[in-house]
Amino acid sequence: MSEFLQQLVNGVTWGSVYALIALGYTMVYGILRLINFAHGDVYMLGAFFGYFAARFFNAASDPNPFKALLVLVSSMVACGLVGIVIERAAYKPVRRSSRLSALITAIGVSLLLENGGILLFGADPKFFPQIIPARNIALGNGVTISNQQIIILAVSLVLMFTLRFIVTQTRVGKAMQAVSFNPTAAALMGISVDRIVTFTFMIGSMLAAAAGVLVALQNPKIEPLMGIMPGLKAFVAAVLGGIGNIPGAVLGGLVMGIAEVLVVGYVSPTYRDAIAFVLLIVILLVRPAGILGRQTAEKV
Amino acid sequence: MSSRTLLGFSLAAVLTAGLIAAGCGGNGGQDELVIGEYGSLTGNDATFGTSTKDGVEIALAELRAQKMGKIGGLTVRVQVEDDQSKAEEAATVVQKLINQDRVVAVVGEVASSRSLAGGPICQNAGVPMISPSSTNPKVTQVGDYIFRMCFLDQFQGTVMARFTAQTLKLKKVAILKDSKSDYSVGLAQFFTEAFTSLGGSIITEQAYQSGDNDFRAQLTAIKAKHPDAIIVPGYYTEAGLIARQARELGLKQPLVGGDGWESEKLIEIGGEALNGCYYSNHWALDAPDPRLQAFLKTYRAKFNGDPDAIGGLAYDAANVLFGALEKLAEQDPQTFKGLASSKAGSDARKAAEKKLRDLVATTTSYPGVTGTITLDENRNATKPAVIIEIKDGKKTFNSSFNP
Repeated sequence: MSEFLQQLVNGVTWGSVYALIALGYTMVYGILRLINFAHGDVYMLGAFFGYFAARFFNAASDPNPFKALLVLVSSMVACGLVGIVIERAAYKPVRRSSRLSALITAIGVSLLLENGGILLFGADPKFFPQIIPARNIALGNGVTISNQQIIILAVSLVLMFTLRFIVTQTRVGKAMQAVSFNPTAAALMGISVDRIVTFTFMIGSMLAAAAGVLVALQNPKIEPLMGIMPGLKAFVAAVLGGIGNIPGAVLGGLVMGIAEVLVVGYVSPTYRDAIAFVLLIVILLVRPAGILGRQTAEKV
Repeated sequence: MSSRTLLGFSLAAVLTAGLIAAGCGGNGGQDELVIGEYGSLTGNDATFGTSTKDGVEIALAELRAQKMGKIGGLTVRVQVEDDQSKAEEAATVVQKLINQDRVVAVVGEVASSRSLAGGPICQNAGVPMISPSSTNPKVTQVGDYIFRMCFLDQFQGTVMARFTAQTLKLKKVAILKDSKSDYSVGLAQFFTEAFTSLGGSIITEQAYQSGDNDFRAQLTAIKAKHPDAIIVPGYYTEAGLIARQARELGLKQPLVGGDGWESEKLIEIGGEALNGCYYSNHWALDAPDPRLQAFLKTYRAKFNGDPDAIGGLAYDAANVLFGALEKLAEQDPQTFKGLASSKAGSDARKAAEKKLRDLVATTTSYPGVTGTITLDENRNATKPAVIIEIKDGKKTFNSSFNP
């Protein structure tokens, strides 16, 4: 029993990472109907910016929570800027063309970031410094959780609620909803669609950066291609929860994380990556709109 | 066929012929002796490749200091290729070394999977290949042109088993192996055979795939079985991460690994979690061997740090190869001329390669920095292994096992 509970704890923390990445996917899709394939690579950039920030602030030699927060925030700001640049340079010019061109552009940006990363950071893995030393907390019954896992979980939840607050309660958020509903009508009401779209990308990239730093804290190996698999799986998580739906992304991420850990723990590690796509196929067959997604009738 | 397409075809044919001619005469003019080296300079196991490169570089620097960098009147050049820690890439770069750089012999790889990818290409082309540090038995079974400078995993697995069962006196162990790596799968199997014959038992065997980041699910399953020790026959990147995650999950048992742990990065990745862990290796830096200490002095002066055993084995591999080339130049200067870069692809080259292979195969009692090297009829070296204990973040000598 304690083994199973421990696996659940592992799964929830692993899943909260997918949840964080999936939030960015789902938000951009919700507003633009664009699947931003470069999202996983922004997550990679987040981990690297965090790595350089940690070295710059010397956060590993004298770890304290303030410096760790500083590393997280500087990585988020840097990735937010990258998000703005990507949107302005790559997506804005094709926004009025077909959705396929936008999708292909997204794949292009993804390849650019991956190979640019290899050029800039080198292909060999780097090891993220311990900006918060790991400590074990016993939960009783032989189950332990590390303080890093609690931090990942807590930061994911805080970011999710902040995002939900921004989208539902603020003027910007309402404008985002309006753009999502109908960009032309929103523009006619005096909303600057360009600015809202840029803002959306910025927020999405900041979430990816947070995920990058948090994951690197727990799994310190970072390399330029580290974003591909988590990016794909987070996309599956977003679809699983109902793409465009914020609580759905978190739910989908957690389901994915738990499923993956249970498969590795009880079946075989060979199926670690396969389970994500099995889940994707099942959900597309059974409930194509996702667990929390609304079924909408398509007008023909 | 219209006249225009015909013209097109003939133009293409002329161009291709021109390119081939240019390719062949690429480094004409001056004859040299090109030696190929391939390794993982980047990617998951990057220190394996860089250490190998450093080891070969020192051997070449010494050749330059002593003999102006020449063997039999030909200047020696080492062409290094990066396989990015990928087996498929290894096959491509070995092809390139043989077909484009026209190398006379190849030094490489460390990881057995990548030696197994490059080996058959060297074997088919009749180019001798010396793997400094691939321990999987299959590597030299590829053919009679493939050699190695290190012990085999049968021996290494037995040493790890004897150490665990007799020195540490532990009887129940768990294995966590890399199911994607020939080295790891082989070593786990040889360990299991030796350990069970010594009266120990393997209570659970878990697997991961190289490149994985998260081993908590496997470690949780291992924890539930309460083993006395965890055997991790993988490479250093994963070993370091496994150690950290094991400690986080409250597993305090020692981890025992093989020579795949040997890297300057190991401690950086695993940190304090590795204290009290052991691995088998080709040497211990604090051994009083004068040849080893002389090599350390040169290495430290050149690279400002300590070499790992991978670098030492590469140094020995390069020197064995240089030695064989020199012997060939002395004994049979006529045949030796076939190795010049301009003779690539000729019958003279083939005859010379054959002679070179025979000379490498007769390596006997070569005094290497990683121990005395004598190649047996299967082109493998028989050497003692050392168990390294990690104490306070330092690799220290624990014990030595003779074959």
